[in-house]
Amino acid sequence: MIKFLFRIAVSMMLAGVALSGVAQAQSKNTLTLGMTLEPPHLDPTAGAAAAIDAVVYANVFEGLTRIDETGAVQPQLAREWSVSGDGLVYTFKLRAKPRFHDGAALEASDVVFSLDRARGPDSVNAQKPLFAAIDAVEAVDPQTVRITLSRPEGLLLFNLGWGDAVIVSPATADTNKSKPIGSGPFKFDQWVKGDRIELSAVDGGAALQKVTFKIIPDPSAQVAALKAGDIDAVPQLNAPEAVLAFQADPNFEVAIGSTEGETILSINNTKPPLDDVRVRRAIAHAIDRKAVVDGTMFGFGTPIGSHFAPHHPAYVDLTATYPHDPAKARALLKEAGAENLKLTLKLPPPTYARRGGEIVAAQLKAVGIEAEIIPVEWAQWLEQVFRGGDFDLTIVSHSEPQDIGIYARDKYYFNYDSAKFKSVFADLTKSSDPAKRAELMGMAQRILAEDAVNGFMFQLAKLGVWRKELKGMWRNSPVQANDVTGVRWE
Amino acid sequence: MSLGADNLSAARPARWTVLWRQPNFLLGVALTATLVATALVALVWTPYAVDAISVPDRLQGPSAAHWLGTDLLGRDVLSRLMVGARNSIVVGVVAVGIGLVFGVLLGAIAAARGGWIDEIIMRGSDVVFAFPAIISALLITALIGPGAVNAIIAIGIFNIPVFARVTRSAARQVWAFEYTRAGLAIGKGPFAVTRDHVLPNVASVLIVQATIQFAIAILAEAALAYLGLGTQPPAPSWGRMLFEAQTLMAIEPRLAIFPGVAIALAVLGLNLLGDGLRDALDPRLRDWRAV
Repeated sequence: MIKFLFRIAVSMMLAGVALSGVAQAQSKNTLTLGMTLEPPHLDPTAGAAAAIDAVVYANVFEGLTRIDETGAVQPQLAREWSVSGDGLVYTFKLRAKPRFHDGAALEASDVVFSLDRARGPDSVNAQKPLFAAIDAVEAVDPQTVRITLSRPEGLLLFNLGWGDAVIVSPATADTNKSKPIGSGPFKFDQWVKGDRIELSAVDGGAALQKVTFKIIPDPSAQVAALKAGDIDAVPQLNAPEAVLAFQADPNFEVAIGSTEGETILSINNTKPPLDDVRVRRAIAHAIDRKAVVDGTMFGFGTPIGSHFAPHHPAYVDLTATYPHDPAKARALLKEAGAENLKLTLKLPPPTYARRGGEIVAAQLKAVGIEAEIIPVEWAQWLEQVFRGGDFDLTIVSHSEPQDIGIYARDKYYFNYDSAKFKSVFADLTKSSDPAKRAELMGMAQRILAEDAVNGFMFQLAKLGVWRKELKGMWRNSPVQANDVTGVRWE
Repeated sequence: MSLGADNLSAARPARWTVLWRQPNFLLGVALTATLVATALVALVWTPYAVDAISVPDRLQGPSAAHWLGTDLLGRDVLSRLMVGARNSIVVGVVAVGIGLVFGVLLGAIAAARGGWIDEIIMRGSDVVFAFPAIISALLITALIGPGAVNAIIAIGIFNIPVFARVTRSAARQVWAFEYTRAGLAIGKGPFAVTRDHVLPNVASVLIVQATIQFAIAILAEAALAYLGLGTQPPAPSWGRMLFEAQTLMAIEPRLAIFPGVAIALAVLGLNLLGDGLRDALDPRLRDWRAV
């Protein structure tokens, strides 16, 4: 009897080996991605969490336009478009017969519904300012949409490519949070809370058949899962130190790309003595960006001197505005009568903040500023710092693309208020001439640097690691997306 | 002094002689002495300032300048371990102190009074005791917020029922002796009897328990700090050092090994010391000669 069982076991094992051999011979068409944060829900039109777009952007939901890996605007639902001479009327032609995953046809009326819903008074859209210039959205015919603006908006096509501007069906708009229905090449299969989200391809729209987003909060566990083959890729690895080990491993590809994440030491601009520009300049002089980037991110990251991404064509390098100069910082503090300054430094959980905060605190100490470190969870950070404005200093990465406009907002958590900046930014939103826009963006960057609004530290790098045979993964993150529509195994 | 105390002390010299021949006890004494000495030295001197960040010097191996190398931010690992030892001792002393003061008080009252007071105190202790130490500490730090002081309080609160139970059970045995009755008979109140007769006789048990709880407190503090609920940066703590080393295991295992070994040795030392003391002091251990 035992012998018999043993024989069965052996033969089963042999069969298993043979089967796995067959499976490997066939080309792989599934992908498992590791992600750090679990999305709160899956409706990109109803939340600011980057983790939502990280799953559904371009994969499940589509907008009129989309933003590609380089940050350029590409057609998506809109096949082509034309702009009137005064820049106020945009006419979009939809691509042939798009369908929602529930089978309904996607027509111009759905675009009208989606954009009106996003910019309407009851909208819960996290990025309503994107649609501020839109005056009316009309369906000319089922395949044509006309958008009329109240003022020229240079970024309209880019704005329509955000995840917050995707087109949803009126029938399913209210249930997209838990059961997203879009028009993209992948449809939503299931979400096992705390573990994974599964998508599958809609009749041959992509090279992959099945995509699983596996939620692994701990960077060490991500590294282990990658090495064990449980996951194929981590688009944004939270542990820069682990990248070094993967760079030496021939089975993996390491992509060090750019993100839109300006990582800054935010300063509460209205709280004395931080309302004194000399104190803020002293803080700017105290920061040694190279030490922060090396110590926090193992050198992965580009120093910045204002709130602007270095890979953007209109970027102006202002890192020399306030070079690391402790003596100068002390002199400025003395001049402002703010010696022996005691401040709080609230740090959210990401490595760049917690580790960066220790370095910044040490650098501030070197110029006579005592920064008390207070680690906070994200919920507390949003409550106390972002909404409550109850902080002196904090470190955070602003990951939205081209978000210099936050400095023109009346009530934003760092309380910057400059008429000069607001007027430059108002000109910028009205202008659609690329040369003029670049000039205005340069001016905006200089004003922020000059006012030392925040301690501008570095642009977060995208540290992607995946198996060597995987092709088509995004190397940069112009938007918070993991667009896998072009990903395939080789 | 009381008859009971004289009986116990009569046996002591012999026990201590035996004890000093126990290699385990000697090792425990040596490890604990090293821990205390390190902490005392760290009070006045460390090779480098513990928060002296020097990014260009980060992740260096052991060298003449940095005996145990440097960490991710270029801080001296030895200095941080030394101050970590100091933190551990402080946590241990204060947390055990809290437990001793309140626990002994409650235990002594329960033993002296009996009846419903005893019931209430002991059932209350049972409730707290039912939760594993680390869960209690997690709960308390979640309620009053993370931080070194709160971690100490949390661990201290967990210690209260431990000492209350030990005190009560030992004290009830003492109360069963005739000399305590005699004390009451000559007009001493329960408080005076507890002070003069009961506590001196349960002291040895408490000392042993304190040593064990000290080790548990060090472990609990390390665990809380590791979870981000104990000592906050930039102050060093062994648990935090372990946490910071976690993602660096693949490239710099040394950073996890040093604090890990420190915790293990400190806990081992205190446990061996506690075991030895128990063998020597605990009157309930009849077979002490056999150890």
